[in-house]
Amino acid sequence: MAFSLMMALSIAVIAGVGAGLGLEYFFGIVLPLAAVLVFIAGVVWRVIGWARAPVPFSIATTGGQQKSLPWIKPACLDAPYTSVGVIGRMVLEAVTFRSLFRNTAAEMRGEGDEPRLIYWSSKWLWAFGLLFHAAFFLVLFRHFRFFLEPVPFFIPWIENLDGLMQFGVPRFFMSDALLLAAVLFLLLRRLKDPKLRYISLPADYFPLFVLLGIIISGIALRYFAKSDVASIKVLTMGLVTLNPVLPEGVGTTFFVHLTFVSVLLIYLPFSKLMHMAGIFFSPTRNMPCNTRQYRHINPWNPPKKYRTYAEYEDEFREVMAEAGLPLEKQPEEEK
Amino acid sequence: MAKLPSLQELAKSSLPRFPGATLEGVGWMRTKPVFTPGSYCYPAKLETMQKLGMPNPHEWSPEDEDWNLPQGWEKIIHNAFADRLKKYRSLRLFMDICVRCGACADKCHFFLGTGDPKNMPVLRAELLRSVYRKDFTTAGRLLGKVGGSRALDPSVIKEWFSYFYQCTECRRCSLFCPYGIDTAEITMIARELLHEVGLGIHWIMDPVSNCNRTGNHLGIQPQAFKEIVEFLCEDIETITGINITPPFNEKGHEILFITPSGDVFAEPGIYTFMGYLMLFHELGLDYTLSTYASEGGNFGLFTSSEMMKKINAKMYAEAERLGVKWILGGECGHMWRVIHQYMDTVNGPAPKNMVTPVSPITGTKFDYASSTKMIHIAEFTADLIKHDKLNLKPSRNDHLTVTFHDSCNPARAMGMLEEPREVLRAVCNNFVEMPANTIREQTFCCGSGSGLNTEEIMELRMRAGLPRGNALRHVQLKHGVNAMACVCAIDRATLPPLADYWAPGVTVTGLHELVANALVMKGEIPRTMDLRQEDLEYPDEVPDDEAAENAAGSDDRGKAGQEVQDV
Repeated sequence: MAFSLMMALSIAVIAGVGAGLGLEYFFGIVLPLAAVLVFIAGVVWRVIGWARAPVPFSIATTGGQQKSLPWIKPACLDAPYTSVGVIGRMVLEAVTFRSLFRNTAAEMRGEGDEPRLIYWSSKWLWAFGLLFHAAFFLVLFRHFRFFLEPVPFFIPWIENLDGLMQFGVPRFFMSDALLLAAVLFLLLRRLKDPKLRYISLPADYFPLFVLLGIIISGIALRYFAKSDVASIKVLTMGLVTLNPVLPEGVGTTFFVHLTFVSVLLIYLPFSKLMHMAGIFFSPTRNMPCNTRQYRHINPWNPPKKYRTYAEYEDEFREVMAEAGLPLEKQPEEEK
Repeated sequence: MAKLPSLQELAKSSLPRFPGATLEGVGWMRTKPVFTPGSYCYPAKLETMQKLGMPNPHEWSPEDEDWNLPQGWEKIIHNAFADRLKKYRSLRLFMDICVRCGACADKCHFFLGTGDPKNMPVLRAELLRSVYRKDFTTAGRLLGKVGGSRALDPSVIKEWFSYFYQCTECRRCSLFCPYGIDTAEITMIARELLHEVGLGIHWIMDPVSNCNRTGNHLGIQPQAFKEIVEFLCEDIETITGINITPPFNEKGHEILFITPSGDVFAEPGIYTFMGYLMLFHELGLDYTLSTYASEGGNFGLFTSSEMMKKINAKMYAEAERLGVKWILGGECGHMWRVIHQYMDTVNGPAPKNMVTPVSPITGTKFDYASSTKMIHIAEFTADLIKHDKLNLKPSRNDHLTVTFHDSCNPARAMGMLEEPREVLRAVCNNFVEMPANTIREQTFCCGSGSGLNTEEIMELRMRAGLPRGNALRHVQLKHGVNAMACVCAIDRATLPPLADYWAPGVTVTGLHELVANALVMKGEIPRTMDLRQEDLEYPDEVPDDEAAENAAGSDDRGKAGQEVQDV
């Protein structure tokens, strides 16, 4: 964890100092453009890598009743039989984290002399995981204000909704606070639960710290170290239109924010964060449970090699004849 | 067999512990596996591995420092891993996208029963993933331990052997994983890698070898197979007064019946097998058994995809030779994983003489099996019961309060949840469910699946069976459950010791044992004993009053289906 934290902090320091030393062009233009390029190329490369690997077997995990006899109600979403059912399962998985919603926690407790394993529903990870992803996408959408000109009609709608709990100026966005809370929860959970701490790698902490860096610098930009939004938009529009300009009045905090975002973009394709695309390829979820009705083809199906009945009868012909079992060839014929 | 710890001792030592924990998260890499008697499955015999043509067979023992790995074993593993990454999208994806959220951790019966963190599915996969990072990703190569990667060394192989044989491929973790990462898939491939360097276990490879040669895991030769079945028929005659002579290897029948050989051989499976024979006789079913395809189970599944294919190929080959129209499959767990999700792909399409299964009794066409042309006997019997084709007297099972153990594979690789329950409700009056998160798709493994049902690791099996045993104990105390039904031959072998340990007094029974006990057969003598030849608490009345008996029968039907839902 310490390593990841150091890495994240050094990103902030390097970006802050670098921008201060007059490397604004690098941190404001070169790095973000390179990051977007790496991000797109990296994601495409990873997705192609998965897509090209064959799926030899149809291995859906059935989470409910199969479709069999006509009067038994099948689980259309948990053991989907049709493509529509599979799409439903995938959409709910991606949007509502349906599998995680099942989560339980187990604990061994004694009851008198009897050991007893107790289970209860445990939805914290589901709730904060969902909160994180929802808030993240909301914040991302709001940022389209900086990438599109004119600003699309739905962005003020989102802002209005997000800013309902207004107290003070500038308008307070709930998603900012929720995103921060969710990331902190995910981080603390890793540190607090001994199981999680045991399995967590630097690669698990690092993206959380980078996200924290993005969120904190973003909040600072908006509410504390107020920056010239107009000039920031000049810069971002320059990036989007591939016509980069470096306006005056963009503060150091912004460069730190932008550098964190760039690091995340570069890091993402080579990390576990690729789960965002990977989930759609998961064969235990995206395959229909109709394997006895439709044959699934394995492109590398090896040729059949097995002990044939003829070989079997050759070995056991005598004893089979004695036992009165039917034979293809009678023992006499052999001689 | 070593002495088992007491329940309390076992429960206490099942609490999770985290040796070598550090904040940087790779503390687990520093703990090395230790092999002591009882902690590992015996290695496969050299001769068995040679006969099967397995790569790099050699003598070795887990307790030895040196496992005699073949020359260049690192290269062999690397190439085999690269080959699987090319062949399986699942492997590639599951190596790449795990976020280590830990949702799977306390879903695994091995983790719940041993408290060993490497039995958390996420960490089990990391055992392989750490090598994947080092060998197949740039970041992993550059970052080393900080990137969660590590180089292959003999201790890694030992660790794989230890933990990939502490996974029963039950897929419970895959149900809870937000990305559907399936440890069964990872374990299967890890075991393939181990087999590449000549490491396998006796309890899996011996049955595989037997099955290949004699047609069944137990190595029963054709004449002996026939004899054993005939013995069972004698028992049936004793109990029912009806003489049954099942056909073997005969051509020209409509149906080929294939069930795990364990049911022919050992208690309590034999009672289930007798149940099948009685049901078929009563229906006048046009079927045959086969000594060549006398095994429904497939330990090849626990070896490699090629071995699974090789063992399974006999089913269609025999169906073609005998000219049957379709195959009826008996009660078995992993057998049905193979039939439902693999058979058609690896050995299909079904032979031309086969057609979509149709029940000759009810006329129901099993369209959902129109390609595989094979249905499960629970589906077949549930259909019979729905159409009221069986004369059942569930009161014969009134001395039993039955619960149902969903086997992992029929539950999570097939979705067969209601069919056996429909049958159960019709054949016994007292049916109680175990707690909701231990049944159906959330069912817990018996703890000994995937070829781990071997004696030498009995304590480990009792640990892995802790969640199942505990749930059983719960309903035993709460509802007086004294019988656990299941549709799996491995369960029938492994649950009795588990029940003796966790919930003494509960017997284990197959579904069709209960069916046959309740089945009123034409021309039978009044039943005074069940299939185990134990006296019935509620024996049939002595005859001459058929009308009264029928009335009692219909009464029973009304009572059936009463069920206590336990949440």
